[in-house]
Amino acid sequence: MTRHLGQTPSQTVGPFYSMRLAAEGDNVLPIPDGGQRIVVKGKVFDADGKHVEDALIETWQANPVGGYNHPDDLRELGQSREFTGFARAQTDFQTGEYRIETVKPGRVPDPEGEMQAPHIAMIIQGRGMLNPLFTRFYFSDELQANQQDIVLRAVPAGRRATLIATLDEGSDPPTYVFDVRLQGESETVFFDV
Amino acid sequence: MTEPIVRHYGPRAYPDHPPFSYPDYRSTVKRAPSQDLLGIVKTLTESTGPGPIWSEISEDDADLTTNAGTGGEAIGERIIVTGRVLDEHGIGVPGTIVEIWQTNAAGRYVHWRDSKRKAPLDPNFIGVGQCVTDEEGTYRFLTIRPGPYPWGNHPNAWRPAHIHFSLMGPAIGSRLVTQMYFEGDPLLPLDPIYNSAPGHSRERMIGSYDHDITEEGWATGWRWDIVLRSEEGILEESEEDE
Repeated sequence: MTRHLGQTPSQTVGPFYSMRLAAEGDNVLPIPDGGQRIVVKGKVFDADGKHVEDALIETWQANPVGGYNHPDDLRELGQSREFTGFARAQTDFQTGEYRIETVKPGRVPDPEGEMQAPHIAMIIQGRGMLNPLFTRFYFSDELQANQQDIVLRAVPAGRRATLIATLDEGSDPPTYVFDVRLQGESETVFFDV
Repeated sequence: MTEPIVRHYGPRAYPDHPPFSYPDYRSTVKRAPSQDLLGIVKTLTESTGPGPIWSEISEDDADLTTNAGTGGEAIGERIIVTGRVLDEHGIGVPGTIVEIWQTNAAGRYVHWRDSKRKAPLDPNFIGVGQCVTDEEGTYRFLTIRPGPYPWGNHPNAWRPAHIHFSLMGPAIGSRLVTQMYFEGDPLLPLDPIYNSAPGHSRERMIGSYDHDITEEGWATGWRWDIVLRSEEGILEESEEDE
């Protein structure tokens, strides 16, 4: 009989994770062929609306043509060693802001064969957080694609706005603001992935 | 065009993990979501993740007694910490990065926020390391036994000695950050972070002294296996094989 082992419990990253995780430069991804540089920035807020000064933000995304740099993505979509699709950032202790420089991801198919809207997966951890929180964000200038997205459609309509990164009009490079609210009014939708 | 593989991972076993809000660990209360997590369809986004290798790793990164690069050796009790990263079916997870950080022997982190107490720093110890699991899922570090340290959660609060471990596993859904504790530590029953994990699962975070790992005249040995959330379906298939 095959053994069944229990999962090792999660623990907080604590206040000192930046010794190892989120080193300088981990928040900047290179621009692969055909990529459009974008910036994603925002803050993480607690139940009192106070910014979280020590959150760890991790993002995972497809490349500009919708390919993941992972052995399970057998499609040849310009995957390269240089563009990992993975970024790490920490919220600034003073301002509370994180900043990721990346490229707009391409669209990726859903299980029904339709294309998902462009999105980036995010994992949020921090001191006082005993488990990672998983979410995704979409882009405010992809209205039509967003309306058809299989995941976004499954989110109660009144909470969808919590998953939209808002384009700061006129910004160069295009800069999207995505805030995370851990608890309370406008609490971000977190997924059981 | 070849289709991508969309693996179906079994559930993150939330009953085996700490709750989001655990008032004995005060900072959790205002940082815990109040709404239920929303289940979503399985797509390639969540069944993949960075890796297996997203950063350059050298063998020196696994030796925290010398990786400060000063030419000197860290002070403290030299220990070997090793074990396997496993999936829930007991199969090793190869090629995954294991990242660790910890205090020095005096219970001090090399971090600007750990400065209230006058515990000494060790110029030959930076307290961070990384390695990649081998084909059997085995990781191995040489380090210094970390010390306990006080924190502000409650009066006379002390964290038991621990090493922070960060793993990604094969997909973002298998992401795990946890802490390894040391068998027999008298501070464990008093620590709300350790005790935030349910009673039936918290001992999975304890590394055990293992004399077979201890190297004569050199370092004591500790064994700790880590179990990551894993694909469902493998269990049934391998039973059919048998």
